[in-house]
Amino acid sequence: MRKGNGEKRKDGLWTDAAKRFRKNKLAMAGLVMLAILILCALFANYIAPFHYDEQNLPAAFESPSLRHLMGTDNLGRDIFSRIIYGTRTSLSIALVAVLVATLAGGLMGAVAAFYGGVLDNVIMRFLDVFLAIPSTLLAIAIAAVLGPGVTNTVLAITIGQLPGLARIVRATVLSIKGEEYIRAARSIGAGNMRIIGLHILPNAMAPIIVQATLYVASAILSISSLSFIGLGIQPPTPEWGSMLSAGRAYIRDYWFIVAFPGLAIMATIFAFNLIGDGLRDALDPRLKN
Amino acid sequence: MEKDTLLAVRGLTIQYETDSGVVHAVNGLDMELRHGETLGLVGETGAGKTTAALGIMRLLPEPPAKIQSGEILFKGEDVLKKSDAELRSMRGKKVAMIFQDPMTSLNPVLTVGEQIAEVIQLHERKSAAEAHVKAQEMLRLVGIPPERFSEYPHQFSGGMKQRVVIAIALACDPELLIADEPTTALDMTIQAQVLELMRSLRKELNTSMILITHDLGVVAEMCDRVAIVYAGEIVEQGTAHDVFNDTKHPYTMGLFGALPDLEGSEERLHPIPGLMPDPTHLPEGCRFSPRCPKRTDACVQTLPKNVETVPGHSVRCLLYEHGMQG
Repeated sequence: MRKGNGEKRKDGLWTDAAKRFRKNKLAMAGLVMLAILILCALFANYIAPFHYDEQNLPAAFESPSLRHLMGTDNLGRDIFSRIIYGTRTSLSIALVAVLVATLAGGLMGAVAAFYGGVLDNVIMRFLDVFLAIPSTLLAIAIAAVLGPGVTNTVLAITIGQLPGLARIVRATVLSIKGEEYIRAARSIGAGNMRIIGLHILPNAMAPIIVQATLYVASAILSISSLSFIGLGIQPPTPEWGSMLSAGRAYIRDYWFIVAFPGLAIMATIFAFNLIGDGLRDALDPRLKN
Repeated sequence: MEKDTLLAVRGLTIQYETDSGVVHAVNGLDMELRHGETLGLVGETGAGKTTAALGIMRLLPEPPAKIQSGEILFKGEDVLKKSDAELRSMRGKKVAMIFQDPMTSLNPVLTVGEQIAEVIQLHERKSAAEAHVKAQEMLRLVGIPPERFSEYPHQFSGGMKQRVVIAIALACDPELLIADEPTTALDMTIQAQVLELMRSLRKELNTSMILITHDLGVVAEMCDRVAIVYAGEIVEQGTAHDVFNDTKHPYTMGLFGALPDLEGSEERLHPIPGLMPDPTHLPEGCRFSPRCPKRTDACVQTLPKNVETVPGHSVRCLLYEHGMQG
């Protein structure tokens, strides 16, 4: 009994959640996949056997072999190396875009929920306008207006995701704001800033983290979609979507040119979805104990 | 105002303005609390007890709530005229509140110790380490081993959580403690323990208390004076002895009639017929008249005034106006 208590003592909400997450095999598989992807992105120049735009025209359209693990494309570039470098592009853009969208959207949602009234209406109706347009279509429209390029892709995806994240944060903050412990915090003399920072946000983190993780997956898909139609990342920067797009002319004879970038997109999104689902299961208070 | 009066509420009227009409939650409430005294605020669910208490703390969500009129004098200063900063320094330091449900009134992501230390650091110039020590002292005071400082609320039982809530409320030695049904959410045996704890701490720290409850048994045990609330107004107020032994208002009589009596041979309880009036459409005249067994024609038309039958025992009922008792 005493020992049991002693063991329990250090378990906070997050420690408990981490424990549950570790027990979830699928989520751990997702985490391992993500770890590999991150390593690929960080150490692309050491892992990739060739440089991403190193052309070797006589060796074009080579099938997968030991020298070219995933074959070569129409310009004789090593597909494996391009996919490794592509991890860098996709992950960094997706993470930055979702981070910015979460911070900006979160701030808007939290302010709207906490202060309510007219401010809430103004912010949310403004965001509703964006929400009325499908996010991919919105991203395409923004990219088309601003022109292609890394910065504009980040911007397009951020704007596409911001309203959804703002809504999630608003709903979460709204439900926490009504909790008795918020009133209790007020009753001991805590001010607004303290209540938001110390009492509301820490309690709102769980659903926000889960959603942000799932949004990374959709951001990666958006980047690839934009690049596929030529509005996102421009060649020669390796990007999975643009690799797909460039290779689709040769799909009949050389399956590997499109298959491997496609698999890379799929695996990355799959990893983020597994992690997101795992986090949701681990953090959902209803599944506790 | 008398010298030793700590809190005086005069004609407090609070309404909720909603889309479906104006809810008259508190209607001209008058009450007074002296230093070191415990006042029991008794009434049915929806009588406006909690609204009145939150009004005293200025914790009502405004809007939809609106304090229409009245004054709340705490140590002679009107709470309704205080600025936000003044209110913040009052809450937790001078007036503390215990909420009904300990399960939801603690923040789940902070340790209980941090939550006690928070109120100390908010109001006293203490370093984190000093606040930590004081918080541990408070835990010991409410009967929780100080080693449990860094445990989270979900690791505590309901009764233990309410002890933590009491520790938070008393950490800065407030002059007034408002306890809103502090034991309703707890089971019987724990109720007795928590009440005993509150009584002994209150005596030790000489804190005045407003105890909101619908349990007359709790009132008999804890309170010096009692105020019976019906439809947002106090219908009878006096010392616990007077109200229990010389009950005047038909509603109070009805409340006692609805209690089981261990010695009596009655087979059935006698509930008060009918329901509390809809606070959006309060009846004309005496609010209790539709349910009152002693109703007269005058009751339906005239709102009774507060009549003091004996010094310190007042009742709001036409039966006692014009000195015609009984």
